[in-house]
Amino acid sequence: MSARRLAKDQPDSFVLSAASKKEIAVWIKKYPKGRQASALIPGLWIVQKQAGGWLPAPALEAIAAHLDMPYIRVYEVATFYTMFNLAPVGEHHVQLCGTTPCWLRGAGDLKKVCESKIGPKGSVSADGKFSWIEVECLGACANAPMIQISNADGDGYYEDLTTENLEVLLDDLAAGRKVKPGPQNARHTSEPETGATTLNTKGFYNKVKKKKLPNTSKTKAGAK
Amino acid sequence: MTDLRKVNIDGAELEVPGDYTLMQACEQAGAEIPRFCYHERLSVAGNCRMCLVEWVGAPKPQASCALQIKDLRPNRDGSCANILTNSPTVKKAREGVMEFLLINHPLDCPICDQGGECDLQDQAMGYGRVGSRFDMNKRAVDDKYMGPLVATVMTRCIQCTRCVRFITEVAGVSEIGLASRGEDAEITTYLEKSLTSEMSGNIIDLCPVGALTSKPYAFNARPWELEPTESIDVMDAVGSNIRIDSRGGRVLRIVPVINDDINEEWISDKTRFVWDGLGRQRLDRPYVRKNGQLVPVSWDEALAVVAGKLGGDPESIAAIAGDLACTESMKALNDLMDGLGVKSIDCRQDGAPLGETVVGGGRQEYLMNTTIAGIEQADALLIVGSNVRHEAPLVNARIRKTWIHKDLEIGMVGVPYDLTYDYGHLGETAAELETLLKSTKGFARKLKSAKNPMILIGQGALARKDGAKILRLCGKVADKFGMVREGWNGWNVLHTAAARVAGLDMGFVPGKGGRDLAGILAGAKDGSVKTIYNLGADEIAEDLFGEAFVIYQGSHGDRGAHRADVILPGAAYTEKDALWVNTEGRVQMGFAAVPPKGDAKTDWKIIRALSELCKRTLPYDDIEALRKKLFADHPTFAGLNYAPGANMGAEGAADFAPAKLGAAGKPLKAPLKSGVGDFYFTNPVARASRVMAQCSQECGGNASLSEVRT
Amino acid sequence: MVELLRDKDRIFTNLYGLQDWRLEAARKRGAWLGTNEILQQGRDWIIDNMKASGLRGRGGAGFPTGLKWSFMPKEVTNRPHYLVVNADESEPGTCKDREMLRHDPHLLIEGALVASFAMQANACYVYLRGEYVQERNRLQAAIDEAYAAGLVGKNACGSGFDFDIYMHHGAGAYICGEETALLESLEGKKGQPRLKPPFPANAGLYGCPTTVNNVESIAVGPTILRRGAAWFKSFGRDNNAGTKVFCISGHVNAPCNVEEALSIPMTTLIEEYAGGVRGGWDNLKCVIPGGSSVPLLPREICDDVLMDFDALSAVKSGMGTAGMIVMDKSTDVVAAIARLSYFYKHESCGQCTPCREGTGWMWRVMERMVTGEAEMREIDMLLDVSKQIEGHTICALGDAAAWPIQGLIRHFRPEIEERINNYRANKPVFVSQVAAE
Repeated sequence: MSARRLAKDQPDSFVLSAASKKEIAVWIKKYPKGRQASALIPGLWIVQKQAGGWLPAPALEAIAAHLDMPYIRVYEVATFYTMFNLAPVGEHHVQLCGTTPCWLRGAGDLKKVCESKIGPKGSVSADGKFSWIEVECLGACANAPMIQISNADGDGYYEDLTTENLEVLLDDLAAGRKVKPGPQNARHTSEPETGATTLNTKGFYNKVKKKKLPNTSKTKAGAK
Repeated sequence: MTDLRKVNIDGAELEVPGDYTLMQACEQAGAEIPRFCYHERLSVAGNCRMCLVEWVGAPKPQASCALQIKDLRPNRDGSCANILTNSPTVKKAREGVMEFLLINHPLDCPICDQGGECDLQDQAMGYGRVGSRFDMNKRAVDDKYMGPLVATVMTRCIQCTRCVRFITEVAGVSEIGLASRGEDAEITTYLEKSLTSEMSGNIIDLCPVGALTSKPYAFNARPWELEPTESIDVMDAVGSNIRIDSRGGRVLRIVPVINDDINEEWISDKTRFVWDGLGRQRLDRPYVRKNGQLVPVSWDEALAVVAGKLGGDPESIAAIAGDLACTESMKALNDLMDGLGVKSIDCRQDGAPLGETVVGGGRQEYLMNTTIAGIEQADALLIVGSNVRHEAPLVNARIRKTWIHKDLEIGMVGVPYDLTYDYGHLGETAAELETLLKSTKGFARKLKSAKNPMILIGQGALARKDGAKILRLCGKVADKFGMVREGWNGWNVLHTAAARVAGLDMGFVPGKGGRDLAGILAGAKDGSVKTIYNLGADEIAEDLFGEAFVIYQGSHGDRGAHRADVILPGAAYTEKDALWVNTEGRVQMGFAAVPPKGDAKTDWKIIRALSELCKRTLPYDDIEALRKKLFADHPTFAGLNYAPGANMGAEGAADFAPAKLGAAGKPLKAPLKSGVGDFYFTNPVARASRVMAQCSQECGGNASLSEVRT
Repeated sequence: MVELLRDKDRIFTNLYGLQDWRLEAARKRGAWLGTNEILQQGRDWIIDNMKASGLRGRGGAGFPTGLKWSFMPKEVTNRPHYLVVNADESEPGTCKDREMLRHDPHLLIEGALVASFAMQANACYVYLRGEYVQERNRLQAAIDEAYAAGLVGKNACGSGFDFDIYMHHGAGAYICGEETALLESLEGKKGQPRLKPPFPANAGLYGCPTTVNNVESIAVGPTILRRGAAWFKSFGRDNNAGTKVFCISGHVNAPCNVEEALSIPMTTLIEEYAGGVRGGWDNLKCVIPGGSSVPLLPREICDDVLMDFDALSAVKSGMGTAGMIVMDKSTDVVAAIARLSYFYKHESCGQCTPCREGTGWMWRVMERMVTGEAEMREIDMLLDVSKQIEGHTICALGDAAAWPIQGLIRHFRPEIEERINNYRANKPVFVSQVAAE
């Protein structure tokens, strides 16, 4: 990683859409009065989505004005957090986890797939459809190796990858086919691939017993 | 009583206040604690880790700048905590931090302007290892553009964030940040825009390494070649304490000298960078206008011409003193005029009606009685017609400091300016003062409930036709809200001219039957005033002098010289020993760092020489004798470095009745507006400076030129 | 043979999302059962029982949860109290909170209510890492359900206590898992850790008293209180009480998350739940037992080490987040640790000197060790540099960057030396200890 800076080529302007403003308003309401700066990170995320996956300078300025913050404070945040893309990305932005747990399970081979299908790390494919970067641990280590793909459909995790199923995944996306986030093998989530060895006793949770608590007034038991 | 706590430092027990930091306690114990990020006037960052000390029993060394004594747990046996500042752990910690700081720091000390006064250099010598174990490539960081004043070599940056904290906290403009993260973290302005703060140069002093250095001073000198002279700044009426560094008769830079009562540790960019103006547009020989052209002449000839003119009817002669005139020259001119019987003298080239209606309390009328440091005691402040930020940046910084750290309520009457703090804007015209007098709500309520309310009146509110009426209104406000009482004097006039208070103190105002500035200029127009002695008054438009014969004495070829018929070249403020009285009424002594330019002479000596030719020889041959007479005539000048208001109430605040100041009547509807238009162009030295011109263009000094009285 | 935890004693009954996450289903599994009764027991009762349960923080540091709650001021002054739930799960090897957030969100919301009530916090923020987009949508949906059902909001659960819970998220910064960096981030700033003291319990979010707890620590609360502190304490050894969700990744046949009792032998966890080490236990090279920050353990120690706080610190490693990274003998362990060094360099916030400068230095030396280009003396130098970082930084990221390297040198020094020798002898620097797979 080198210093994160804004892209050289910038659009002239950026206007917060009504939809973005509405979304940001939801966030601002979460914090005490005068603490609207707390909505900066969610706000930048919303703006990034509106701008097509990256943060142009005028967008930073727009959100700064909207939240009544100095530009430099917004700039600091935009350059600090790595999910903020400071240059345009592809329609499908692939974030490949390269940290040790994924690396141990073949993330290195997945990189080669990305290189051959998309191009060098950090690049956007010629048709603008794909871009890929290596990211740090995405917190799905029991389903390693994995990637996150940010696109119009969201930011799904695609897990339990092999070179083969990653190729299929990227081909499907290229062809405009719908893909399903989650493990790309038979697993449901993070249970063992061979099937859940726990939480499989039939109806086990029905036996949950509650201890009698002292000091309970009978008139006020539970909500609804 | 402060809460005193015991602590054992390097084996010796001492008692210090609980809110002391470990660093303060260690220093009190005589232990030296190295540091880079810590600065006593900025918030604590604790990021450089150079100040680590050992707290015996704690698992790791502690940042002494951040940990307070009251947070130390006593030892198990109940004895006070033991701190070690020179144990092997501490030595190793310091060596480690030094090594880390140096692995990516370039070895370019020989070409670095910080060399010789670099904290990193000094501390590497004191606390570093012999060599580095890092043998890979060093990191290179792109330099950042920050405007015409601050040069950057960002590879040298150690990310201490002093500059970020200063600009955000003290200057109040949030323009520098630490962007990116980890080893890529870099100090920058947003998209490398110029800093717009009028205090930005202070980050050069604050930078502990050579990352931020002075652009105008770049590669000019090494610190050990410079001759330092501690003196007083004249760019405004604050009287900031400065050190003028010179070499071979040239001023090469100006830096602040700490004075907690005035400028703390800061100076404005104008104070710091105006020095290139000292070498341009200089008047270095006498001139006399002959056939419409100013031609160089000898001193004898010039003085003879002047003496001839001053021999005329005293009623047709007048003298005006400008904003940069030193006390000694004004005194000499005042005495000479007195000797000649000239009564039309005025030191108020902006025409503010101060120093006329003395109604008890004397100088309190026109001083900043609360004092600059006293602002920190105030809890409510009404600003009237002033852009404090551009009229007195250090006063503004003090207001901001108080606003941040205490609950200072601020209200403003006049054109609203960005002062770097929030204030309630009551309105633009003087009518708001009348409203305030009747109101019991809003800001009036805040003033009423304040313990120590103060009013700060800018020259913009006074230097106008209805100035006396506004002065009266302000006085009534001060009276109504109890701003002047035993133990507190909240009456403050903010001057912008370094010379003004001294002028008022010595009575450089019209004598009985004499003309004031307006009268002098009217006389010049109608021909009744034939000769005007202009002592460095450069803010008056040339055509206002009419047909009068103008003798200009000053240092720069500015407006005054252009209109002159005789030019007597004087010394700039860096070239003479002189007394200056600031807006608080504090008398301070400045010293000559370099000699006057060319044939120019120290100002009072010119007038002394002239007095002989006028046959009114002044009774002093040296500056000591002059000052002796000054002190005898006006004893306030003898109290050096002392602000009368600092001794709150002792000087008869009780006799001072602000409600009687000025004149009764309805003020005009025109908005109250600061007298300072372009911060970077307020005086002849600044107008001669290329650096100031660049700042004016790039740093938002306001487009219009300084207000000229027309 | 070790007795395995039975399903009826598992707290996270929907860890794999095999069942519905929604309120109705969660209630069937026991969530929100008698919450009001718990609240009626009073703050002291809750905190006392949490203390008695022996629950230690599940986010990595293992600080007793009940004790932490008791640090909050007893009276609420003009500064409101806050609970902040740390769901910034980013420690390599750790993926447990994610399952709770997306599959058992109601346990977390209920836990947040109980904890907030105990600390008189009327508001709680749950800070999720930015990448957990689906998880935050899920949590928000669950929060909406809880509001609609009157479980949170005004008069939460009919208790008379007003409680608001808000989902908040980051945008890619491991350091925001550090509690004060998280608070900075929540205030809309860079995630740079604050100096302590003041601790968050005195001056946390917006300068107000704040407690920051891991998702798991909060989510287990109501179940502990429902079933009794003694029940929870019955699992694990003394001082290492309760059940815990373990993450098992790396070279095992069936990587997974699983909730088990603390103090379970590492072998049992790997063999019984994760399908064993790839190629059998004998093919094990080492395990990082508690997320990337703790020193690795070579096979000899793994053979009989128990998975709990005390046992792991006794072997100079740590329980951390219980995210186990298993490496078999094919592993280039120097490269594996070098990759972690890159991680820490990448995630250093850049605020304080030792971490900012040291993490990059260590990573670069590690890379040279991977290729064998490093000098032999650099091994000791690297160790020394790691100690120059450890304990000298504002937050624990410096320590976390140092420990994996220290563990590597402690246990695999000969392997590094061999590579350096191989490089000089023009031999392949790394030869897998097993034949090609």
